[in-house]
Amino acid sequence: MNSTMNIVNPKVTVRNLNFYYGNFLALKDINMEIAEKMVTAFIGPSGCGKSTLLRTFNRMYQLYPQQKATGQIILDGDNILDPKQDLNRLHAKVGMVFQKPTPFPMSIYDNIAFGVKLYESLSGSEMDERVEWALKKAALWGEVKDKLKQSGTGLSGGQQQRLCIARAIAVKPEVLLLDEPTSALDPISTAHIEKLIDELKVDFTIAIVTHNMQQAARVSDYTAYMYLGDLVEFSDTSTIFTNPSKKETEDYITGRFG
Amino acid sequence: MIDIYTRRRITNRLGLIVSVLAMAFGLFWLGWILFTLLNHGLPALTSTVFTQMTPPPGSDGGLLNAIVGTLMMTIVGTLIGTPIGILAGTYLAEFGQRGWLAPVTRFINDILLSAPSIVIGLFVYEVYVVHIRHFSGWAGALALAIIVIPIVIRTTENMLRLIPNTLREASAALGAPQWKTVNFVTLRAARAGIITGIMLAIARISGETAPLLFTALNNQFWNADMENPMANLPVVIFQFAMSPYEDWQRLAWAGALLITFSVLTLNILARILFRQSASNH
Repeated sequence: MNSTMNIVNPKVTVRNLNFYYGNFLALKDINMEIAEKMVTAFIGPSGCGKSTLLRTFNRMYQLYPQQKATGQIILDGDNILDPKQDLNRLHAKVGMVFQKPTPFPMSIYDNIAFGVKLYESLSGSEMDERVEWALKKAALWGEVKDKLKQSGTGLSGGQQQRLCIARAIAVKPEVLLLDEPTSALDPISTAHIEKLIDELKVDFTIAIVTHNMQQAARVSDYTAYMYLGDLVEFSDTSTIFTNPSKKETEDYITGRFG
Repeated sequence: MIDIYTRRRITNRLGLIVSVLAMAFGLFWLGWILFTLLNHGLPALTSTVFTQMTPPPGSDGGLLNAIVGTLMMTIVGTLIGTPIGILAGTYLAEFGQRGWLAPVTRFINDILLSAPSIVIGLFVYEVYVVHIRHFSGWAGALALAIIVIPIVIRTTENMLRLIPNTLREASAALGAPQWKTVNFVTLRAARAGIITGIMLAIARISGETAPLLFTALNNQFWNADMENPMANLPVVIFQFAMSPYEDWQRLAWAGALLITFSVLTLNILARILFRQSASNH
């Protein structure tokens, strides 16, 4: 069922991935590749498994005893599903931003420094530089530079989400997972974040789950259409949106279904 | 035939009337209690209440030793019970997803939460007071701590469960080990709720009589040594209110007023604190 295509420079390769919530098979034999320093979008109706797939890339499911994955996900030559995989190292390499903004109950500065401190011991001035760098990358520096000591929970929703992006990139990951990062935001904040995604792909490999097909068309280079745990079609974004090879994909894209 | 909309309106009206009556019935007794307390307690609340010791019948006196004793035992009881309660509550909410230990602990804690406080007093009497062969402030504080623990466990667990899982996931996704997530993210996010629970626990123990009756008992004299039997407001109220002496009865009213209003203040503070933090999220 899977449409596989060859990607010149894959950062992540998924092979025969199955995922279970208890006994329920939520992902069925997924095979695909995620291109380095490109944006790959996952679309599909609710419950199709796109967020589940994204959450296997950093083994987020590990927090829940009932969930398990089989198969292989190869990141830079290592199978990250291997039980021997060091989760700390994996999380340093793969950052994640969630649907709802999740600022920690601490200052804006400490929100960014929290993750960095897990991996590096920087001096005060080095940390200042890193915080500034991350906030600038996330296009938030101008708005918060005078209130770094204030609580991160006091920012607006859009600012909180950019703070979360800044927090994720401050640890200098290689892959960035975005799980519907704009679905809780207004159109202006959404535009901010989409612009940001465009800039971030220079440095990071990005995988984004979105409910918004226009967003997938705008920000991504590759798009995967999923349905009921199957990867129905995977291709470069322009092909998916202008000339999909499967009838189901076309029906979903054109709004006849889903 | 009444049409459906009229019927709904009537049912609604009836429901409203019954609920208002029930509320008024509850408030009526509370109002009466507060009124009686103020009526008898306010005239008795003179400055000597705070400066003199509990007197022998027929002479002047105050409640100073009882106030200090209650404060000391409440503080020590809270200091012992709170850390245990927070740690155990954190275990239940954050670490106990797998295995049988957490459900069993939660069940036992629920029993402890509703255990009659006199049983806790008897328990401390049996395992501690009997062995040291005298009543003491430590024993009183210990009994109060045992009452504090299940309350703090329950509120800590409930408050931590209110923290959305995405916050834990966000911390884990950064690579934070679980202890760091718990210490720096979830406990911090639940801080106001946990403090509220502690305040409610303090309010609860500062009025407990039964557990102190068998442990700290009472002391007519000034005493700040927890090794000795210790005066405390609830037991003094119990003893003085039952006595035939009018000046003792007056002091009992003053003590009752003091306790009630400290508990009321603590409760109101806890509510304000919790509401403020809730509006921050």
